Amino acid sequence: MTTYAAPGGRAASIPLLGREVEPTLFEMSVPGRRAFQLRTTGLPETSIADLIPDLHLNPSVVEIAEVSERDLVAHFTRLSHRQFSVDLGMYPLGSCTMKYNPKFCDAVAAMTGLNGVHPAAPASLTQGWIELLWTLEQRLVAITGMAGATLQPAAGAAGELTGLLLIRAYHEARGEKRTRILIPDSAHGTNPASVTLGGYEVTTIPSNERGLVDSDVLKASLGPDVAGIMLTNPNTAGLFEEEIQDIAKAVHESGGLLYYDGANLNAIVGVMRPGDMGFDVVHMNLHKTFATPHGGGGPGAGPVAVSERLVPYLPGPRPVKNDDGSFDWASQTTSIGRVHGWNGNALVLARALAYITVHGSDGLRRVAQHAVLNANWLRVRLAAVLPAAYDRVCMHECTLSAATMKAKYGVRGLDVAKGLLEEGFHSPTVYFPLIVEEALMFEPTETESLQTLEALALAVERVAKRAESDPESLHAAPRTTPVSRVDEARAARTLKATADAV
Amino acid sequence: MADYIPHTHAEVSEMLKFLGMNSLGDLFAHIPEALKLSRGVEIPAGVTEPDAAQLFNDFAAKNKAAELLCFAGAGAYDHEVPPVVRALGSRSEFVTAYTPYQPEVAQGVLQAVFEFQTLVSRISGLPIPNASLYDAATGLVEALNMTAGATGRKKMVISAGIHPHWRQTAHTFARGTGHEIIEAPLVNGVTDWTLVDCTDAAAIVVGYPNYLGILEDVAVARALADEHGALLIVGADPVAAGVLKTAGQWGADIFIAEGQPFGTALSFGGPYLGMFACTEELIRRLPGRIVGETVDTEGRRAFVTTLRAREQDIRREKATSNICSNQTLMAVTAAIQLGWLGTAGLREVAVACARGTHYLHDQLSEIPGVTTVSSAPFFREFAINLPISNEEVIVEMAKLGFLAGVSLAQLCGTSDRSLEGDLSRTLIVSVTERRTKAEIDSYVDALRKVIAQ
Repeated sequence: MTTYAAPGGRAASIPLLGREVEPTLFEMSVPGRRAFQLRTTGLPETSIADLIPDLHLNPSVVEIAEVSERDLVAHFTRLSHRQFSVDLGMYPLGSCTMKYNPKFCDAVAAMTGLNGVHPAAPASLTQGWIELLWTLEQRLVAITGMAGATLQPAAGAAGELTGLLLIRAYHEARGEKRTRILIPDSAHGTNPASVTLGGYEVTTIPSNERGLVDSDVLKASLGPDVAGIMLTNPNTAGLFEEEIQDIAKAVHESGGLLYYDGANLNAIVGVMRPGDMGFDVVHMNLHKTFATPHGGGGPGAGPVAVSERLVPYLPGPRPVKNDDGSFDWASQTTSIGRVHGWNGNALVLARALAYITVHGSDGLRRVAQHAVLNANWLRVRLAAVLPAAYDRVCMHECTLSAATMKAKYGVRGLDVAKGLLEEGFHSPTVYFPLIVEEALMFEPTETESLQTLEALALAVERVAKRAESDPESLHAAPRTTPVSRVDEARAARTLKATADAV
Repeated sequence: MADYIPHTHAEVSEMLKFLGMNSLGDLFAHIPEALKLSRGVEIPAGVTEPDAAQLFNDFAAKNKAAELLCFAGAGAYDHEVPPVVRALGSRSEFVTAYTPYQPEVAQGVLQAVFEFQTLVSRISGLPIPNASLYDAATGLVEALNMTAGATGRKKMVISAGIHPHWRQTAHTFARGTGHEIIEAPLVNGVTDWTLVDCTDAAAIVVGYPNYLGILEDVAVARALADEHGALLIVGADPVAAGVLKTAGQWGADIFIAEGQPFGTALSFGGPYLGMFACTEELIRRLPGRIVGETVDTEGRRAFVTTLRAREQDIRREKATSNICSNQTLMAVTAAIQLGWLGTAGLREVAVACARGTHYLHDQLSEIPGVTTVSSAPFFREFAINLPISNEEVIVEMAKLGFLAGVSLAQLCGTSDRSLEGDLSRTLIVSVTERRTKAEIDSYVDALRKVIAQ
């Protein structure tokens, strides 16, 4: 019934013209060559020495590189050909939600009426932007079941720290001195790092044999010194914390608050709301759930939505709608203050609103449903070669384990990941969550087709066969990529972070 | 309703059957019913792309500021971003990649970031750059945290010449770290360090130029840092590196800068680019990602993120910072923009900014009732006192086609006491290489008319 020919997401057809090293911009430089062209200003050609005192002038020249426009284009185009991306093929990197990034959203961000606006221009001249941000805040509040939000945090980790500072402000306003935050051992590393920066101590809660937070230990750890708990739901193993309502009740009864790490929001968006689970603070990674492109490591955006009791402390200024229908900025005196130099990653925020506008309520629900469908299909399809760490229904991602493969053939999760690169797929996330031995976490997302999933499954099976017949070839993988396995230890031992370092 | 989900009905049925399920709802059967929404979230129904485009066209049309000739700066500048930089910076291989966790298929981003780091190092005059931070405000926060770790102290002395928003951000995050932040006030536009006690300071922070555009003698701050055993953080304008001394030449321990001028549009404030570099001594405390050169198994040059043992996913609560996603795409774009400018172009842009700004300064000084805030040397912007409110001037100048500048009252808010006098009559004015003499002349004429009204 289904045809599995030519899946769209497999990138094994990329032509490679060669495997030579690409020179750096500095190696291509020829003194006197130039690419730039600037406006003819017609200004008097006053010497810089007549404008600025000697004390400040640099007696030497900061060398950049001197290349032609044609060489500049060739260099960065060739670099782009040495880079895997969602546009090229499937990117099932667990916990990163590498779904297709709609071009429509890029087109919105490219509008001069949006990207040509100075951030310090007054509200009367930036009504469209403030309305856009106000609208996005309304949407995110509705999606999470919260009462208010800040759009300023520039990434998930910034959102986490902002959320923790809101929790701190809340307790301080009530005259309570609470010092600890509870975090499951399966949490993203950003959680404990943010807790420290928020001025709290981490108390780690173990997971049980079902991959869920041990709620008995959790409840026993609560007390008057606990400010709150940070949870990811579904958790980092891709499993839904089924006792969440019970946990929320216990935390609230002890006077603590609940923080929702929205890294895995794609599993529930449109289907459930963190607010209904009892959470007080939610950060969202717009570059995950709402498909804004991740740019090879950023920009992201990490808005934070909060329940009613935390609204007074939200960072400011916030967009507000006046009675006459116009828009403005407002700051609350109880605000924790600004967490970004301007208004957050505004163009990322605009892309996210474009994505939400197209999907609407029903579209977002379909996103979560199909993300969960794909992850479960892959989990069951791969069960014979890479068994799931927890053998039951997962959410938007499945945590599989190469532990058996390692025991039998000495092939580790990392080797499987590198083998998949040779097959034209980006690898899954390896060795996370830390609580699973030889973890391989696959997050297919809803935008990959059944054909692509089947192609991935066949590729994993081929890698598994190689593990049995020729494990050495997997230790040596990848061989077809622009470079083969890189020496990470050497990079750290003899740090060379610039072309000028010796 | 629209979406980007490829599944046909038949495929969904087939996949559910494979799982032994009957409906998509069965996938969520293990979740308590009370948590599931019966009618979805309360947002409007989805629309097609062309229908949604209308909404965004309307937003764009309501942003009158986008149509104005820009004389505003104060940390965000209207520089030339040529078609070649936009074309290369929007290549989808760079745009739609994730953080380079698998270096064998991420050499494009890794090498571009390595080249960016090299440029940050040269522009800062410091040897150890990172792969970027969110923006300069975050750079300040991370730099303060770094000095606290290095000195074991918690007192931070920050010049009030540091951009008001960066200072506000530092105050916010000090709620968590417990750092004591002391602001050294400006007198005649220049930091007066004698008004604050720097004993036991972890950091001395100075802006170069400061946010009013003024060039301070950074040697004074360096000497103060030496006297008190503090580290010196210089918040620099990276464009200034085309003509002015680098932070490293002034003896900075840490360089922070807003990299937006290198290829990133004004964008209503983001995404921008935090540039960051430090001395060798501070390397183990460096926040964020760093790309290093190495070799592959065949001995060929390759790049990889390195010194990972500092980072949150490994060190967790003991990490130097919580940052992971940074602003890589803006860093790649900055490398492209700087490649386009080259050595001569960076200098030419810096010189053009200085020439245009000084020309405007001389013209404005002749308007009755307009005075400059300071007589100290400046680079690419300056502050003026107006005889009428700056808000009124900005509104009236907009009618004539100009974004007149940045209102100090708006920029600083009500709590900032970095400047004496009436902030509602002070305007920061900036000229980039994109403004011609004719445009500057017409700006001056317009301002003369607006003030005379």
